[in-house]
Amino acid sequence: MRVTLWGTRGSLPAAGPETVGYGGNTACVEVRGDDGSVLVLDAGTGIRRLGDALGADVTRIDVLLSHLHMDHIQGLGFFEPLYETGREVHIWGPATSEDSLRERLGRYLSPPLFPVRVRDLESHPELHHVEMGAFRVGDLEVRADLVCHPGPTIGYRISQNGHSMAYLSDHEPALGNGTLPKEPEWTSGFDLASGVDLLLHDAQYSDAEYVEHIGWGHSSVEQALAFAKAVGAGRLVTFHHDPTHDDAWIDAYTKRAVEAAEPSFDVIAGAEGASFEV
Amino acid sequence: MAQREIELILLRATARALAIPIWLMGLDGRLLYYNEAAERILGKRFDEVGDVLGEELATLFQATAPDGSAISAEELPINIALQKQRPAHLPMRICGMDGVWRRIEVTSFPVEGAGGRHLGAVAIFWEVETT
Repeated sequence: MRVTLWGTRGSLPAAGPETVGYGGNTACVEVRGDDGSVLVLDAGTGIRRLGDALGADVTRIDVLLSHLHMDHIQGLGFFEPLYETGREVHIWGPATSEDSLRERLGRYLSPPLFPVRVRDLESHPELHHVEMGAFRVGDLEVRADLVCHPGPTIGYRISQNGHSMAYLSDHEPALGNGTLPKEPEWTSGFDLASGVDLLLHDAQYSDAEYVEHIGWGHSSVEQALAFAKAVGAGRLVTFHHDPTHDDAWIDAYTKRAVEAAEPSFDVIAGAEGASFEV
Repeated sequence: MAQREIELILLRATARALAIPIWLMGLDGRLLYYNEAAERILGKRFDEVGDVLGEELATLFQATAPDGSAISAEELPINIALQKQRPAHLPMRICGMDGVWRRIEVTSFPVEGAGGRHLGAVAIFWEVETT
């Protein structure tokens, strides 16, 4: 499968000359299976360009939302396939004990926040609550589990032909876990990410910034490295960059953190447009 | 060992941060954790006890009604929360692993996770007086 990053920014789009290297669009990742199956992980602002780039041969698209914070759904209304008949679009998201996924998405996709309602989308997307556990989309096996982030938030593990990737875009495994990463049984996301070939993980903060944001649901670059090491990931792609971090900051901080951690795996700061074969 | 559900992970993190005694039990009747405040009443550090199953719990402490009469395992609030999935409260006396009898009050509630999954039970207790 091929994994392509269309948006790597967290919290808020960050357009500007200082962020062109890693990109300013919020979370969106395309996973294309060997059989042509297309999964889209999150619908941040990066999904607009993905929608324009999808070929006409893609007749089914499955959008898997990790959660419904704005930076993960803001691009949904600008995803062109939703306005096209002849495409089969499925949108998956976490359930809550109260409102349905349709009702919650409808709070954004309705006036006054957006002029088009979910029911008016020409593709008539099918909305699904994600059941925790495994399910299939084409030849891709998807495993979902709740992870540590405010509100119901899902991490995904996607596997095909013996290879796997994990997507933990918004994740704070260090919350209340003073022993991270020494207790796998008590570490959020551990099973999802265990032994994956490619791990996309939240790395919003520096260690110093994390101390000021404990409980906000995100990790530092150092914590992402420690988590990746604990789960035995083959490669780590840092993700969900803070909107205040420019290219120079991400380059310098990632380099310093990697030199300190001396990981045995590759560490790549996630950049918009980067693509990985898994 | 498989990773625990996120709701239990967060509950344990909360218990670790609080100064009120908390006991966390898994769905399979396994003791998952008790915090430092509970260690004082139970008379032994959790790390020395580990995660033990229900029948072994009887070796950790003795429990009676406040008047000293016997109470069954089924009457214990943690077991009611676990098995009947409803909150329960009970005044009782316990003798912890330090051999000291204490009068405590216990409130338990079931842990219902996202989607209504029954994941275990929590007991919050506090000492009323030492006898």
